[in-house]
Amino acid sequence: MTTRHREVGSVEEGKPPGGAPAESLWGWGRHPVVAARELRGEDLEKIAGRGVLSRGLGRSYGDASLPPPGATALGSRLADRILSFDPESGELHAEAGLSLTEINRIFWPRLFSSPILPGTQQITLGGMVAADVHAKNHHVDGTFGRHVRRLRLALASGEIVWCSRQEERELFLATLGGMGLTGHILEVVVGLQRIPSAWIYAETERINDLGVFLRGLKEAARDWPFTMGWIDCLKRGKGMGRGILYRGRWATAGEAPAKAPKPKKRIRVPIDFPSSLLNKASIGLFNFGVYHSHVPRLKRGVQHPEDFFHPLDKIQDWNRCYGKAGFTQYQCVVPEPDDARAFLELLTRLGAASFLCVIKDCGEEGDGLLSFPKRGTSIAVDIPVRRDTPEVVRKLNELVIPAGGRVYLAKDTFTTAADFRAMEPRLGAFLAARRRYDPEGRLKSLLSQRLFGDAP
Amino acid sequence: MKAVLFGATKGMGRSLARQLAARGDQLFLLGRDRDDLERSAADIGIRGSGSEVGFAVCDLEDSATFAAALDAADAKLGGFDTVIVTAGLFATQDALEADIALAERLLRVDFTNTVIFCEHARKRLLARGGGVLCVFTSVAGDRGRKPVAIYGAAKAGLSRYLEALDHKFRSQGLATIDVKPGFVKTGMTAGLKPPPFAGEPDAVAARVIRAIEKRQPLVYAPFPWRWVMLAIRCLPRFVMRRIGF
Repeated sequence: MTTRHREVGSVEEGKPPGGAPAESLWGWGRHPVVAARELRGEDLEKIAGRGVLSRGLGRSYGDASLPPPGATALGSRLADRILSFDPESGELHAEAGLSLTEINRIFWPRLFSSPILPGTQQITLGGMVAADVHAKNHHVDGTFGRHVRRLRLALASGEIVWCSRQEERELFLATLGGMGLTGHILEVVVGLQRIPSAWIYAETERINDLGVFLRGLKEAARDWPFTMGWIDCLKRGKGMGRGILYRGRWATAGEAPAKAPKPKKRIRVPIDFPSSLLNKASIGLFNFGVYHSHVPRLKRGVQHPEDFFHPLDKIQDWNRCYGKAGFTQYQCVVPEPDDARAFLELLTRLGAASFLCVIKDCGEEGDGLLSFPKRGTSIAVDIPVRRDTPEVVRKLNELVIPAGGRVYLAKDTFTTAADFRAMEPRLGAFLAARRRYDPEGRLKSLLSQRLFGDAP
Repeated sequence: MKAVLFGATKGMGRSLARQLAARGDQLFLLGRDRDDLERSAADIGIRGSGSEVGFAVCDLEDSATFAAALDAADAKLGGFDTVIVTAGLFATQDALEADIALAERLLRVDFTNTVIFCEHARKRLLARGGGVLCVFTSVAGDRGRKPVAIYGAAKAGLSRYLEALDHKFRSQGLATIDVKPGFVKTGMTAGLKPPPFAGEPDAVAARVIRAIEKRQPLVYAPFPWRWVMLAIRCLPRFVMRRIGF
């Protein structure tokens, strides 16, 4: 069959993982799986009253996009119309289900870009607001919320409201990073950024030591709008924290190819890999390969923006590589470089093997009440779900909490309510806003039951 | 192409309109909700070449709205050459059996009024030497099937009409195209469990555009449904009686 269709996320396409019933939902990490349904429609306003939560393309890793068992989530992906775009100011007004894939496809050739381009483009505008996503330019441009001007929400009561930093400010700030728990996001008004070309000029450098790495990230942040690092977190002793440092900026019109970049083809993973396939040996080999195949030490040149911003999208269902049991991602931010080092040492000691360990220095905290990033170093690692995973997460949190750090709710699955309270001084303000706009507690998710004490 | 799309605010019609706009075709939208039309016209205009997309209110339940809406399209486009109808009503067999009034409404919308709309469109196209009339029916009309007895009957009748139109007027330059979608994941089928070979609206749209270019009279989409339905059409009655499909 020839398909030229837009790639919408294939999150709940195919069979549910682990022999779960057909009518079930799960996130990108494929754990947990909940017996619940998703109701999709083009007119979110009309069906808003029928769901306890909105979900976009289901790319959050854990339970953030999952309704409680037996409940219904509104699927926003069909509500994807662009309502206006001003080519002078770059202001985009669209329905919440519009995907970043579409925004990139439509606006890159017109020399506009979403101000924030996270690791995957298979996310919706609504999801970008709800998780207040960040990207390689956090140290310069902050989170997505900084660029959001207005939001149109359907509250739990059914009332439709517009909010912004001027009108219904509390609702607006609670919704940025509020994981969909303040209302159904119907429409988003956001400022796109003008870009000199739709290509990226990038430098990547192989670095063999953690200290050099952390310093390199800091230095790069002064001159480059996009920075991040990949670290081999299996390597112990000398060479711990070796990895590859990425720096980039939009290429100038002179550097870039004349033609706009074409959307890339994706490879599919047709089956669930056996969980045992990913072990210390295979991941170690993978990491060794990635590290040593980066020759010469320093590479520079013009790159396709998808390769630079969304490298993981090349493989459509890479989450199946973790097998039926699924995986979680632990992403935290810690203020001090020493704590980042201690975190990596602990991670290596725990042997929580990971393909991916991504490190990024963050800038100022956003004004979203539960916005994740704050000044410091953010580290993200994939951890396959096993019996001891909750314990691994508990130990990592034990280090992160006294360091003044916190975890990212869009990735989290195993943090406990007590641990989250301890790491989140703004929680009270968020819960107060939630009570004000949803006094009966109609909107909820598996995450809100786990972390915010919602009754099951 | 200068195309009138009836029902392009949702589902497959929406995908089709976006893909046509991206190619630079000039479009005019018909639908029953002005606000919805306005939003879709904005979306399609921005995704396309930037030229303004016109629209007019036209309700498939009210045949009195057809002529004026097509006149408005003609005026805006300067004479359309293509008419695409994706509008229609769907309800499950259970709902239709439980509510006779709903069944009557569905039959009127999906058969009688669609035929009448096509008559209005056909006359205008023939008067200017032909063009393309592309109408979405359904694989549900290919056999008498338990889960789609009423909906399928309306679509079967519509398919027969379209086939006859194509036989009668192709020599005069009017190509009539019957698109039979299988299960496609749209808002219309959102509550239903997708069977094997369920397709995406964008894939259907791409296929329909190729069919319009080739003036192909009958299209199954997504592609595998052509073979699925061939098998179903070959099944003897006693088998059809036993299976739930």
